[in-house]
Amino acid sequence: MTAQRNIMLIIVTVACILLIRLFSIQIIDESYKITAVNNAFRYDVEYPARGIIYDRNGKILVENITAYDIMITPRDLGNVDTAELCTVFQLSTEEVRNIFRGLGKNRDYRAFTFLKQITPEKYALFRERADRFQGFYSVVRTMRTYPRDIGGNVLGYIQEVDTSVINRDSYYRSGDYVGVSGIEESYETVLRGKKGISIYLRDSRNRIVEPYENGRFDTAAVPGRDIISSIDGDLQEYVQTLMRNKLGSVVAIEPSTGEVLALVSSPTFNPAMLSGPDRQQNYSVMVADPTKPMFNRAIMSPQPPGSTFKLVNGLIGLDEGTLTPATTCYCGGHYPYGRGVACHGHSSPVNFVRSIMVSCNTYYCYAFRNILENKKYLSPDSALTVWRDKVLRFGFARQLGIDLPNEKTGIVASKNLYDKYYGINRWNPLSIISLAIGQGEIGATTLQMANMAALIANRGFYYIPHIVKTVGAGENIAPEYYDRQYSGIDEKYFEYTVEGMHMATTGAEGTAWRARVPDIEVCGKTGTAQNPHGRNHSVFVCFAPKNDPKIAIAAFVENSGAGGSYAAPIASLVLEKYLKGKVTRTDLEQYILNMKLVEQ
Amino acid sequence: MSDKIEFKAPDLTVVLIYMALVAIGWMSIYSTQNDSATAIFDFYNLSKKHGTQLLWAMIALLTAVAVMIISKRFYPVFANHMYVAAIFLLLLTLVIGTEIKSSKSWLNIGIIRFQPSELAKLATSLALARLLGLHEFKLNSLLNWLKTIAIIVLPMGLILLQKDWGSALVFVSFFFVLYRQGMSGWVLTFMAFTIALFIFSLLFPLIWIISGIALASILLIWMTYHRNKQMLIRISAFGAASFAAGIIYKYAAGSDIEYDKLIAAAVGAAVVGNIVFCLLWRKKVKRFVAIFFFCSTALVYSVDYVYDNVLQPHHRSRIEDMLGIKEDKKNAGYNVYQSKIAIGSGGLTGKGFLHGTQTKLNFVPEQSTDFIFCTIGEEWGFAGSFTVVALFVTLFIRLIVLAERQKTPFSKIYGYCVVSIMFFHFAINIAMTIGLAPVIGIPLPFISAGGSSLWSFTVLLFIFLKLDSTNK
Repeated sequence: MTAQRNIMLIIVTVACILLIRLFSIQIIDESYKITAVNNAFRYDVEYPARGIIYDRNGKILVENITAYDIMITPRDLGNVDTAELCTVFQLSTEEVRNIFRGLGKNRDYRAFTFLKQITPEKYALFRERADRFQGFYSVVRTMRTYPRDIGGNVLGYIQEVDTSVINRDSYYRSGDYVGVSGIEESYETVLRGKKGISIYLRDSRNRIVEPYENGRFDTAAVPGRDIISSIDGDLQEYVQTLMRNKLGSVVAIEPSTGEVLALVSSPTFNPAMLSGPDRQQNYSVMVADPTKPMFNRAIMSPQPPGSTFKLVNGLIGLDEGTLTPATTCYCGGHYPYGRGVACHGHSSPVNFVRSIMVSCNTYYCYAFRNILENKKYLSPDSALTVWRDKVLRFGFARQLGIDLPNEKTGIVASKNLYDKYYGINRWNPLSIISLAIGQGEIGATTLQMANMAALIANRGFYYIPHIVKTVGAGENIAPEYYDRQYSGIDEKYFEYTVEGMHMATTGAEGTAWRARVPDIEVCGKTGTAQNPHGRNHSVFVCFAPKNDPKIAIAAFVENSGAGGSYAAPIASLVLEKYLKGKVTRTDLEQYILNMKLVEQ
Repeated sequence: MSDKIEFKAPDLTVVLIYMALVAIGWMSIYSTQNDSATAIFDFYNLSKKHGTQLLWAMIALLTAVAVMIISKRFYPVFANHMYVAAIFLLLLTLVIGTEIKSSKSWLNIGIIRFQPSELAKLATSLALARLLGLHEFKLNSLLNWLKTIAIIVLPMGLILLQKDWGSALVFVSFFFVLYRQGMSGWVLTFMAFTIALFIFSLLFPLIWIISGIALASILLIWMTYHRNKQMLIRISAFGAASFAAGIIYKYAAGSDIEYDKLIAAAVGAAVVGNIVFCLLWRKKVKRFVAIFFFCSTALVYSVDYVYDNVLQPHHRSRIEDMLGIKEDKKNAGYNVYQSKIAIGSGGLTGKGFLHGTQTKLNFVPEQSTDFIFCTIGEEWGFAGSFTVVALFVTLFIRLIVLAERQKTPFSKIYGYCVVSIMFFHFAINIAMTIGLAPVIGIPLPFISAGGSSLWSFTVLLFIFLKLDSTNK
């Protein structure tokens, strides 16, 4: 019978249509599974306390205080006296109205945040009158707090995650906090700990029904681990005081370990400004500030190192053999070739050690030209490449790898750059002679300069500078921070350089006489970075004591003048403070403190 | 002609499938009432749905045994009496019935509450089998047609008056039976076509539907006239002429009528012109093409009227939701959306017995009754859905095979009635949970919670098994 067959056919066809549809939504389409999870589970997060940051002497730099988020469950909201709400939370009537207007006709079980991070005092007020705020409840959060106003650029700050962070790292959920600069960012995973989570099943009206699988998948929060920073809090504070009203940066490193003792970018900001409920407001003010307090000049602002770079050229010359410690040079006040390079008045002739002491431009122009015209290499091109490779081993033109975010590389001119700039074979050593004295196509961060000082102090090697000593219970940080990084230049040559730097602070014609500290053998080198836009930048690198270096410092003061006059006294005060614990030269200290190069 | 008690074993396949479905149903109902953490073995707890369902399953089983014992001669003889009784109960419900969820379809008798519409399906099946099974009864006279239609439409109308649209629609499934009994297949085709046209006219602009009908007519004409060239030329000529007339009108009268409307009008004119031409010059014209064209056009134009005036707002929103005209996950579409999430989240093998989250946490409404399939889909995955669908299909095929081997027309027709009713429930219920049909509140046979549904499906099925068992 056709009718019988057709009826069977209809039944089977309909069944097939149903099965195809079932197959498609149950097996092919994943979206229903995701929606189901979001539907049925409620994740209650227990926020761990963030790790505390100590300085190298065990003094607290950052810790936590309890703060409270005030939440509202719209469904349970009773009649609340707006005036009372304003009193308790110190809000204006207008603000409260706006919040409630945003709420609209929402009568959900899903809670939303009414106020973030209120202080324990306000919270106490709220608790006293909790019965009058039906539908309100509080969630305990922690807030960063800073016992001392130091290290804004070093410590960084935390803020609520945005969508880009959430997309990048699945750990974060909306409402979490994440470190966005400084140690808070680079050691985020150490500091943040692990969120605890309780999974509940919720029903269609968002009411919690029961713990999922009796809490089998729930986890307890793991507190963040503490960090001991290499920063010396007192030194950091002192440097910040000295650098007040100046633009620039100072970096102090312990040469024997690479630990950063102080890292100051000026102007800086009080880290407490970026914590707590006024964060957003303060942030906007700081972003609008033309002096850019949040910009970490010490690692993000490469500048020409000026004459301090003569140290590197001298060492490379000795290493290449184009220069010997005995090489002397007559200086008539300028280098006469090419467009010429001026020098300043000093006794002549000078040998290697004296060239550092008096910072003779002429001497280093000859020295640099000899490096590039070395017959060993076929052309100045290849000699420049060899020279550049050696410069890079001093830590220039690349990230040193400090454990802080956004370190800039700086630049050192390369063959390619000049080929592009002048044209291939259209340049010669004389066109680029300014590199001899650390000007021109060269830029180094203050950190790189301090690292160079540490390398010379160590007579040939450095440790990658780092700002964190240990994490948790005295655990080491990444292993590369404990490896010596060699410059590749023979140790014996460094003695001449060190002697020159010592003479610079002690010698009769030493350019760095302002860095002289009683009873301490200070080695230093001044520099003046020419600034086409205004007053020159003052640069100074130094280390001390000469034979057992405990500290290496680079100071960079923008738009001030010659290196000897500004950067040198600041660095020497820092040095004295660190090595002696106190400053005896109060006149000099006062002079620096009163110096106002920028209004703050 | 003895009325002595007789018992012969019913068809084993059907009984096994029946028991499997009831068991699956009971497990699913149990699962909607419990979850893995709190599950306790309170099968008999009558305050819970699985408890009452178990009780009803027992009652249904006892009834099934009773049905198997009662003489098979009882049914043809008392078919009409039962039909009258059912009609009476439906009328009674209209007067003293209890209104639940806007349909007044429940009757309270002491502690038991049941839907007379369930009984009406059974009674109508019997009455229809009795009428169509009469000696020499054929669906070829108007009177016989009227009788048949009356038997179906009377209870259907009363149920419609109770505003129980779902149960009323079930009676449409009797057309399968009529088809088996000699009704032209064109009626079924026409019904399918009507539904398709209804859906299309909601989805697409009217002008395109009419053009579609016209094009289909041209195709039909061309096919039925053995690809007559003259006919094709004539149609093309009519079309081209009216299109040209349209263009001239557009520019001469400066009308801003759009081209697509002109084209549609030209296609329509070609068909109408050809039909008129054939009528005038007494050329042979196949009547059905003309009927097809005019009826379809009339139907399309009536859709808007039916849609806006006959259907109720919640029907409209359910249909619109199914067709995806309005995305509405909160109100009308909420049930289906949540139902699809529950079933879709089941994956291949499901979340395991008692581990479904969507159904347990009340995301799916009516989860133990109309949306019971969600629990199966969620906890047993595609494997479970497939099993249930396969069980039903096997059941239907087996029932058709059984029906075909009946010696009396009564038994055979009744068998087809059983298949038709259950198939309609099965197809619409599952299709509704996965968004293929609008939400029509009818239960899944043997599986959905609900005593009167389980009991009446059992009786419906076992009467046939009884009729069959004595035929062997």
